[in-house]
Amino acid sequence: MNRQHAAWMFLAPAAIVLGVFFLVPVIGAFVLSLTDYDLYALADLHNLRFVAFGNYWALLHRPLFWAALWHTVYFVVVAVPLSMIVSLCAALLLHSPLARCKPFFRTALFAPVVTTVVAVAVVWRYLFNTKYGLVNYVLAGVGIHPIDWLGDPHWAMPAIILFAVWKNFGYNMIILLAGLQAIPADYYEAARIDGASAWQQFRHITLPMLAPILLMVGILTVSGYFQLFAEPYVITEGGPLESTVSVLYLMYNEGFKWWNLGSASAIAFLLFVIMFVVTACMLRFGRQESEA
Amino acid sequence: MQTLWRVMGAAMIVAWLTSCAPQHADSHTLTFWTIGREGEAITQLLPEFERENPDIHVVLQQLPLTAAHQKLLTAFAGDSTPDMTQIGNTWMPEFVALGALQPLQARVATSQVVRPDDYFASIWSTNVYDGVAYGIPWYVDTRLLFYRRDMLKAAGFDAPPRDWSEWRRMLAALSHPDHDRYGILLPTNEYDQLTALALQQPDSLLRDGGRYGNFESAGFKRALTFYVDTFRMHEAPDITNIEAGNPWSEFGRGVYSFYFSGPWNIGEFRKRLPASEQDDWDTAPLPGPDGPGASVAGGSSLVVFRKSEHKDAAWKLVEYLSRPQVQDRFYDLLGDMPPRRSSWSQGSLRDDPKAQAFREQLERVKPTPPVPEWEQIVNEMQLVAAQAVAGDLTIDQATAEMDKRADRILEKRRWMLDRPQHAGVSL
Repeated sequence: MNRQHAAWMFLAPAAIVLGVFFLVPVIGAFVLSLTDYDLYALADLHNLRFVAFGNYWALLHRPLFWAALWHTVYFVVVAVPLSMIVSLCAALLLHSPLARCKPFFRTALFAPVVTTVVAVAVVWRYLFNTKYGLVNYVLAGVGIHPIDWLGDPHWAMPAIILFAVWKNFGYNMIILLAGLQAIPADYYEAARIDGASAWQQFRHITLPMLAPILLMVGILTVSGYFQLFAEPYVITEGGPLESTVSVLYLMYNEGFKWWNLGSASAIAFLLFVIMFVVTACMLRFGRQESEA
Repeated sequence: MQTLWRVMGAAMIVAWLTSCAPQHADSHTLTFWTIGREGEAITQLLPEFERENPDIHVVLQQLPLTAAHQKLLTAFAGDSTPDMTQIGNTWMPEFVALGALQPLQARVATSQVVRPDDYFASIWSTNVYDGVAYGIPWYVDTRLLFYRRDMLKAAGFDAPPRDWSEWRRMLAALSHPDHDRYGILLPTNEYDQLTALALQQPDSLLRDGGRYGNFESAGFKRALTFYVDTFRMHEAPDITNIEAGNPWSEFGRGVYSFYFSGPWNIGEFRKRLPASEQDDWDTAPLPGPDGPGASVAGGSSLVVFRKSEHKDAAWKLVEYLSRPQVQDRFYDLLGDMPPRRSSWSQGSLRDDPKAQAFREQLERVKPTPPVPEWEQIVNEMQLVAAQAVAGDLTIDQATAEMDKRADRILEKRRWMLDRPQHAGVSL
């Protein structure tokens, strides 16, 4: 047995597992997306038609798909920077030498990440309630008229963004906190001796040193947020007026509610292509930044 | 490495154990899936059945209403259907088309208990395809009006509305949106209300044997106009049932004078409103465009799956649950209305004044189009209707959009119907 065979022997278990549970389903889903697999086909395979790229073509002509894509992009564009800023601020606060009870706050701020989305969504639904909700109660205190958070198509997505940012910032916070702790204290000491202000220290030491981690967190958050589903599913059920239907929500409805699996698979692949392009651009941008 | 071996060993043992375990604990175990609150009430009816049939043991599984449809389809796709289930009769066409259900016609013909002519005709017909019954109606569910008798009286009306114009006058008189008072609550994400208004029209909702949508018909436009006008005149708030929150207490406080809903709310209102307010509300059959109108023939039927290995036992349970006395007890437990006329002529139903409107309405219900895609079409219908309510679409634009969406959904069905023989699927 030569070295190459031995290598394959060791790789085989992992390769088989990857192949069976990852590659085969993906290829299967792609083939499915070229057919009109639906309820009728489920009953009898003779009712299956090969439609080539018909599902994709039909999707591109469906206003709801574009609306869902727009909602998802809106969510990503607003929620990702917001989420990163909030988690960076939280990480800086926790990292600050002035902070007290660090383990407690670390746990408290991380808690939303580990609670189930369904349970907290129910709570937030009450907070957002137009008549009895705490959010409007607080807003009324500063003289702002009650906002119909979940009933007004213009406010439903911002409400979901607020919820999603609150729910997820703790995860990024922990990663960024680890990044902050990895920056050697000497740099800050040297900067202080040179008379750099806190803002200058942040601008010229913290940010550049944190850049690779920020890029990674950014990519993770973007790919996570493109898969927006649970939040609208639990809080608004896609409404009002389909204003919170995301691409994944549309896929879920097509696939598991109506069993149009062909069309649902096509949505999945379109979403994959979009996410692939976006993350590739981010990576390229990140590389250029680090070279510059 | 050692841990890995241990994990693999454990996995193998589990795999071996599960492969050895028999599919059914014993041959007399009947699995029965129930949906929503019926599952809780039926636990009180089953002991008697098991006393009568000591060799049958019923295992209940409760599905939440929101996930039931999906769970049933997944069970079918995964070949793991239970012996029997309750199934919403708007879902029937889908499961019949799938060939998932056992035809029950032969058993009905010889049954001493299940007598088709005793059932409300429209309800029975939702279970019959090509002359073959696939399900036995268990309870019926139609929508009609709950109304505040005292508030109508204060506004000068002695009786609930009999036709649309009278209804419109009452809604106008009872609505004061600036005081947070509305004539009626119509959640914009529930399709039953608009469907009921549409079923009152002479035009059917689909045309050409269910090949195309028929939403641009004069009848549907009339129904949609009436529906949308109710919101435009601020006689109903433009909210979904998510925002409506607790409609019962708001109805009790007089926020809404009418509530367009189903029979389970008789029980809810009795439970949630104080005794002093119980005489203030009542139920009334749905007013139609000119005179008493039709409503939706909803509800659940009991079905046996084709793959079941205990069809005889399942049929025994269906017969037991179809007995008028048992249905009467079921009504007492839950407020679900029995589908048989003889169940209505006895017990508490006969004497319940608030149930009488339902008795009357049940003689005037209409089934929705029996196509498997109906559930999807009616969802789209409501989404477009909500856009019309929000003022984004005119009536003509909305109905054109509904037809467009329905036609897209029905594309496969047209292809199937136009093939020389549709292979194995009954449409």
